Amino acid sequence: MEIAEEMAGRQKAISVAEFFEKNRQILGFDSAPRSLITCVKEAVDNSLDACEEAGILPDIFVQIRRSGEYFVVAIEDNGPGIVLEELPRVFAKLLYGSRFHVLRQSRGQQGIGISAAVLYSQLTSGKPTRITSKIGPDRPANYCEVTINTAKNEPEILKSCEVEWERPRGTRVELEMEGSYVRSRRQSVYGYLKNVAIVNPHARITLVEPDGTREVFERATESLPKPAYEIQPHPCGIELGELIKLLRYTEKKKLGRFLRETFSSIGAITAQELCTISVLDPDMAPGSLGHEEAKRLLAAFKQIKVKSPPVDCLSPIGEDLIRAGLKKEYRLDFIATAIRPVAVFSGNPFLIEVGLGYGGELEKEGRVEILRFANRVPLVYQQGACAVTHAVETMPWKNYSLSQPGGGGVPVGPAVLLVHVGSTNIPFTSESKDAIADMPEILDEIGLGLKEAGRKLRKYLSRQSVLSERREKEEIIRKILPRIASKLADILNQEVPDIGPVVAKIMGNLLVRRSAVQENGQTLVELRVENHTEATRSFKLHELLPEEALSVTPAAKAMPIGDGYDYHWKLMVGPGETALLSYTVRTDAAKFSEPVVEGLDAELVTGARVL
Amino acid sequence: MSRLEVAQEKLLDLARSLYGQFERGVVPYIALPSRTKNNIEYSIKDDVWVYGDIETNRSVKTVRGAKSMLKAVYLSELLLKEHLQNNRGSTLREIYYISENWDIAKFHEQAESDRLIEDLEIVTGLQREDFHVRPEEDGAAIFGPLRLKEQTRRGEREMHCQEDVGEAGYQIPFNVDNIKFLEHDAKMVVALETGGMYARLIENGFDEEYDAVLVHLKGQPARSTRRIIRKLSTELNLPVAVFTDGDPWSYRIFASIAYGAIKSAHLSEHLVTPSAKFLGVQPSDIVDYDLATDKLTDKDFQALRSELTDPRFNTDYWKKQIQLQIDLKRKAEQQAFAGKGLDYVTKTYLPERLSELGMI
Repeated sequence: MEIAEEMAGRQKAISVAEFFEKNRQILGFDSAPRSLITCVKEAVDNSLDACEEAGILPDIFVQIRRSGEYFVVAIEDNGPGIVLEELPRVFAKLLYGSRFHVLRQSRGQQGIGISAAVLYSQLTSGKPTRITSKIGPDRPANYCEVTINTAKNEPEILKSCEVEWERPRGTRVELEMEGSYVRSRRQSVYGYLKNVAIVNPHARITLVEPDGTREVFERATESLPKPAYEIQPHPCGIELGELIKLLRYTEKKKLGRFLRETFSSIGAITAQELCTISVLDPDMAPGSLGHEEAKRLLAAFKQIKVKSPPVDCLSPIGEDLIRAGLKKEYRLDFIATAIRPVAVFSGNPFLIEVGLGYGGELEKEGRVEILRFANRVPLVYQQGACAVTHAVETMPWKNYSLSQPGGGGVPVGPAVLLVHVGSTNIPFTSESKDAIADMPEILDEIGLGLKEAGRKLRKYLSRQSVLSERREKEEIIRKILPRIASKLADILNQEVPDIGPVVAKIMGNLLVRRSAVQENGQTLVELRVENHTEATRSFKLHELLPEEALSVTPAAKAMPIGDGYDYHWKLMVGPGETALLSYTVRTDAAKFSEPVVEGLDAELVTGARVL
Repeated sequence: MSRLEVAQEKLLDLARSLYGQFERGVVPYIALPSRTKNNIEYSIKDDVWVYGDIETNRSVKTVRGAKSMLKAVYLSELLLKEHLQNNRGSTLREIYYISENWDIAKFHEQAESDRLIEDLEIVTGLQREDFHVRPEEDGAAIFGPLRLKEQTRRGEREMHCQEDVGEAGYQIPFNVDNIKFLEHDAKMVVALETGGMYARLIENGFDEEYDAVLVHLKGQPARSTRRIIRKLSTELNLPVAVFTDGDPWSYRIFASIAYGAIKSAHLSEHLVTPSAKFLGVQPSDIVDYDLATDKLTDKDFQALRSELTDPRFNTDYWKKQIQLQIDLKRKAEQQAFAGKGLDYVTKTYLPERLSELGMI
C-alpha cells in the first residue's frame, strides 16, 4: 500500500461541534469570567431577537447563582417561545438557525452562539442544559434536558415532558458551568447588560447576582424599534465567485430578469444599462454566461451608479432612543447624535449611528468611554482591535473641543461616545464577535458620523462660553460696578458717578450720552454716540423734543408729532469711532425723554431706548 | 502736612482717580508693578532690590479684577473713616474679620486682605503703619550688649538687652520707630533662623565672648525684625551676619534681609540691610565640616532651580553654592553641628566663618 493510500485511511470529516470543543476561545469562552458573560450575552441576544421579531416588548430576567463549585445561569424571556420539535436543535446543534441565509439586520447571524454556550456548559460541568418553553397561554409548557453529541453535531434529548409554567409564553434556559463572577463596572455581566439597556431602551432587563443583589434596567420607551425587512443582495461590492454562484443556481431564465430580481436597487432601466455596458444579451440564460462574461458583468456593476440599498433591511436605534438610552444610564449636560445614511461594503448595506454625551457627572480628566455596538449588541472585549476605536483614535478631536494628548488616540474629557454599526452582515474580526474589522467603507462612515456629532458638540460648547462670558459681564455690571461707584461717592462725598459709559465699554456696546449746558437763557444740547462694538453700525437716532430746535448740527430731519417734534439723524459709526450731534433749545433738556435708537438690537445699546 | 494727613490725602487721591475714570468713561483700573522675580531690579541708589517697570493693570473688565477693585475701595473707606479719622488701628487679622460685613466684597482668606494692603502701600507709596495697620505678632527677639529706650503706650521704658531681660531676650515691638538705641558694647550682629541656635549661643555665652547682638529671626523674618536689623546696621554701624539652615528656603530668608523680598520689594529701602553677609550653613560647609544631612525633596530641588533664575542670586558665590547643593542632593540644619559636641558651633564653626567674613 502506498503511503498516500495509508494516510487516506486516516482522513475523516470533523464535526463543527468537535472543532469548537477544541477551539472554544474562538467563540468567546476563553477565561472563566468571560465565559459567564458570553453565555449571558448569547441567551439575551436570542431573547431580544425573538421578541422583536414577534413584536413583543422584551422583559428579560437573568439570574446567576452558585451551585457548589459551578455557576447556574438562568435566562428567561417573554418571547414567542419555541415549538417542541425545534427546541433541541436550536439549543444543541451548532450552525442551526433561521438568520444565516437572510439579508436582514439581526443580533444573531450564524446559529452558533447559544449552542456554543450549551457545549461549554456540558464540557465544564457535565450537566445537560435545561430548557422550558411555552408558545401560548393555552398551550402546555415543554421542558427538556439536552446535550450535544459532538461527534455528530446533533442534539441528544435526556428528558422531555410537559410542565406547569405561570408565564403565558416565553423561553427559559438554564445552564450550569464553570465560571467566575466579576462585579466590576466594565467587563462584567452587569456592565454588559447596562450597555444592552442603553441601545435597547424598549427592553426591561432584570439581573439577580449571586449575592442576591437585584438590578433592574427599566424601560425608557414603550415603542418597539422598527422591524428590519429581508432584502436581496446589493450589487455594490459583490465578488466574482459570488456572482458566478448566483448565475449558476438561479431559477430565472433570462439575464435581465435575473438582474432585476436577484439584486436590490436594480430596476428595468439599470438592468438594461448593465447589459449594454457588458455587451450581453438580456434575454440569454444566466447559466450560460462564461467566466469572461461574468467578469464583464461585474465590471459593469462597478461602472454604473446603483442607488443605495433600502434602509428598511436595517434596524437603526434612532436619534430619540439613543438620547433616551444615554440619558437613562448617565447624567449629561448635552447629547449630540448623528445618523448616517445607508452605505455598502462588499454588497452588505450598513448604517452608522453616533451618540456623544457631554458634561454632567462624567470624569473630566479621564479618557472618553467608548460604547461600541454591532446590531444592537454591546461589544465588550478587544476594544483596541475594533474599527470603531480606530475611527475614534484617528479623529482630530482638538478641532471638536476635546483634548487629545499627543494629537492622536482616544480623546480625554467629560464625554461618552456611543457608536452603533447596523448591518445585514457585520464583519467581525473573529467568531467571538468582539471587534469589527477595519473595512475602509465602515471606517469612513464612522469618521463622518463622529465628525457630525463633534461639530454639534463644538457648537454647543462655544455657545456655552459666549453665554458664560455674557453672564460674567452681567455680574460685573449689575453687582460690582454700582457698588464701587457708590462707595467712591461715599468716600468723596460726591454724587454717585454715571456708570453707563463704563458699562457700554465693558459690554462692547453702542453708547449714547446727552449733555446740556445753559447759555444766555438757552440750552445747548450735545449728543455723543460712541461705538464700542467691533463692527460698523448704521442706525437712526431720534430726539423727541417739545419744541423746535435751532442750529441742529449736522442737519436732521424733523417731523411734527403731536405737540412736539421728532428729529432724526441717519448715522453710520465705525468701530471705536464717535459721532457728535448738537442743537439748541429754550427749555431745560433734563425733562426730555431718552434718545431713541432705531435699527439696532436692544442689547447692543446703552444710554438710549431702542425701537 | 502731618503723616496722618498725608495718608488720608493719598487714599483720597486713589478714590478721586477711580471716580474720575468713571466720569470720563474709562473702564476703571489700577496700575501696579508686577510682583514676580522677573520684575525686580537692583537699585544702585539704595543698594537693594526693588520693583522694575513691568506693570499689570487691575481692571474691572473681569469679575476677578472687578471684585478686587471693589474690595480695595471698601478697604480704603475702612482705613479713612475708621482708622485715620478716629486715630485707631487694627491688625491684619482683624481687617480680614471686619470684611465679614462687606457682602460680596468680603475677603476669602487673610492672604487676600494682606495682599490688598500691600497693593495700597504700593499705590500710595506709604507703609501699612501709616494706615494704622499692624501685624498680628510682634517681631522676634534680640539679646546682646545693648541699652535701648522704647516708647510704649504706658510711657518710656529703658532696658539693657542682657541685664534687664529674661533668657528669651528683648521682644521687638511691631513699630521699630518707637525704639531709640542709647549705648552699646557690640561689635557685630548675628541673626539666627531658629530658636534652638539662638538659645544655644546664649547658653554658650557667645554674645559676651564676641560682643555680639543676637537676633532671633523666627523663620522668615517679620518686617519689624528686618527693620531692627537695618537700624542696628545703619545707626550703630555694626556688621551683620545671617546664620540659617542650609536649604533653599533659608537662602530666601537671607535674601529678604540683605537684598529685599519679592513680595515687599516696594519697601526694600526701609527693610533691607545691604551689608548683611551670609554666614551659613553653606552647601560647601556640608562637605567641609562633614555635617549630618537630609535628602533634598522635589520641592527643594524646584526651589533651588528657581533661585538659579532669580536675579537676586545671580552672583558667582550663590551660583556655585546652589549648584553644589543640587549636585550633593543633601541639605543640613543649623543643629547638625550638635553632632560634633555642644560647643563646636561656638568654639569652632562660628569663629572660623566670622574670620572668613572679616568680622573678627
